[in-house]
Amino acid sequence: MLAEFLQYLFTGITIGATYALIALGFTLIYNSSHVINFAQGEFLMIGGMATVSLTAMGVPMVLAIALAIILAGLLGIALQRFAIAPAKQADVVTLIIITIGASIFIRGIAQLVWGKEYHVMPNFSTNEPIEVFGAVLNSQSLWVLGVGAVLVVALVLFFTKTLIGKAILATSMNKEAARLVGIRTEMVLMLAFMLSALLGSVAGIVVAPITFTSYDIGVILGLKGFVAAAIGGLGSGVGAVVGGVLLGIVEAMAAGYISSDYKDAVAFSMILLVLFFMPRGLFGAKIVERV
Amino acid sequence: MLKTMMRRAGKCAAVAAAALMMMSAQAAEPIKIGSFLSVTGPASFLGDPELKTLEMYVEKINEEGGVLGRQLELIHYDDAGNASSARNFASRLIRSDQVDIIVGGSTTGATMAAAPLIGQAQVPFISLAGAVVITTPVKKWVFKTPQSDRMAAERILSDMKDRGITKIGLISGTGGFGSSGRTQTLEVAEQMGMEVLADVTYSGSDTDMTAQLTNIRNTNGVEAVLNFGFGQGPAIVTRNYAQLGIELPFYQSHGVASDSFLELAGSSAEGLRLPASPLLVPDSLPDSDPQKAVVQNYKSEYEARWDSKVSTFGAYAYDGLMLAVRAIEAAGSTEPEAVREALENIKGYVGVTGEFNMSPDDHNGLNATSFRMLEVQNGEWKLIN
Repeated sequence: MLAEFLQYLFTGITIGATYALIALGFTLIYNSSHVINFAQGEFLMIGGMATVSLTAMGVPMVLAIALAIILAGLLGIALQRFAIAPAKQADVVTLIIITIGASIFIRGIAQLVWGKEYHVMPNFSTNEPIEVFGAVLNSQSLWVLGVGAVLVVALVLFFTKTLIGKAILATSMNKEAARLVGIRTEMVLMLAFMLSALLGSVAGIVVAPITFTSYDIGVILGLKGFVAAAIGGLGSGVGAVVGGVLLGIVEAMAAGYISSDYKDAVAFSMILLVLFFMPRGLFGAKIVERV
Repeated sequence: MLKTMMRRAGKCAAVAAAALMMMSAQAAEPIKIGSFLSVTGPASFLGDPELKTLEMYVEKINEEGGVLGRQLELIHYDDAGNASSARNFASRLIRSDQVDIIVGGSTTGATMAAAPLIGQAQVPFISLAGAVVITTPVKKWVFKTPQSDRMAAERILSDMKDRGITKIGLISGTGGFGSSGRTQTLEVAEQMGMEVLADVTYSGSDTDMTAQLTNIRNTNGVEAVLNFGFGQGPAIVTRNYAQLGIELPFYQSHGVASDSFLELAGSSAEGLRLPASPLLVPDSLPDSDPQKAVVQNYKSEYEARWDSKVSTFGAYAYDGLMLAVRAIEAAGSTEPEAVREALENIKGYVGVTGEFNMSPDDHNGLNATSFRMLEVQNGEWKLIN
């Protein structure tokens, strides 16, 4: 009984941690520009696919991972420079549509470069699962959780302790005022895109040994990450993490205890419920409309 | 002076060439073979080798002089695994391209969406998708080349029975292939007096099936587990199965009978069994097997042309195209009703997938023995029977 529950919990937390990292990426960009970046899932794909293909070319794993993260970061900057920045005056909805276009474009390129097959990435450490009270835990799950936790702490420190982090926060609160006190808001936007690309690619790399990776892996994981961000309240860092983990656990519990047929239904009804009673999500900021 | 003469001569030649081309086009209008395949999207592992196979053999047949002295022309669209675009493309093939025969439909969903429309337009249609509903009940204009999932279920369950297993756990994908396979397995199990004690599903985009497998593991009395599904899902199921340390015999369906599955599942696949096309083990087939030569030829030709591994799914397209060519040759024209009738009467065609014996009540023409039972041993397919 306990073993069963634990098994579902482990499964849920692992996938939930991935959702959380993706949701954080959404949150970062949303905060600095109010754009929902639908190319977030593609960053995740780039991370996993680049690592796989670099290791296949004989690059040592650690170096391959570093290069893949850098590649994703550059892609994030390019996305902002060449797709978002030229449409400066456009309203938010247009920008969101641009990100959808960009995601299709990136996916298309990835398909040409890497083909359409699924690829495997070996576990970072042992393949032997770990047994806890009768439930088994994939050793890679620990990596996902550990890396996720480190990233969250690093982000918190970045936003509260560094000048650049504070500049991003300031821009998200009031762009005009931030510009008046001398913050280069264009730069901040670029930084936000780069950071969220880094986050996405790291998530893509740590989960690839569990989920496999392919050119279109970002579509569904990106969507789930967005759902997690919406549950937590768009724009809230804590919300993204809680929303992600919650979504993962609810999915796993539904699949285990009710029926796997209703797994997605349960997850999506949860969003409906949350948004009914708390339209801004669990941790969404209370915004006072100024008239 | 010389220059103008040269120019004139050039013009004359061009006009003559154009006229010649028009004449030859009139003399032998190409036979149009239409196709809609899932070349991209989630079912691309089906559509991609299928398209490659069609392109390659249409080229080859044309080089060898075509069919009935006419060249073949392949017109194909990519439905990206989407049933409604499959329907639209089928309609375009019929209305604007006016094809003579359609060989395509990578997935059951795409096939079933397009079938009514093609039937109405009265164009012969050879589907490359698996589910039994495509040809049962028989639709006048619809044929198919892959074995149905029902045959796979029969083959798997009888193999289990031989091992003395009568109580099984079933895990299946919610996609068209998985859910149809599930229905067939439940029906066949009942007929064979076997019990399905646990019955769980997962959706195609799931990335972890430990929860479902735990559910099966905790069901008392399960003696073997069967996974019906295709895509990367079954590979994840296989890995989770090994991680959970489940010791029961494990079966997969023909949906994952490919080398890329072995690559994805890795050492977790050790010992699992599945029904598959002889294409996976061309060299272990006995010499007396009539399929051996066909299978080996297709494999070597495909791999030489595309420099990538051959797949069972491409073989469905090979058989589809060859059946179409045979039927057109037998009919002596591309008149739809004649081709349809010729298709229905094809007997003893030895293809890569199996030996086809069509009849008015059987638009598939294969039986369960065309599946070979394979087991994964040391990371390779091993022919069991």
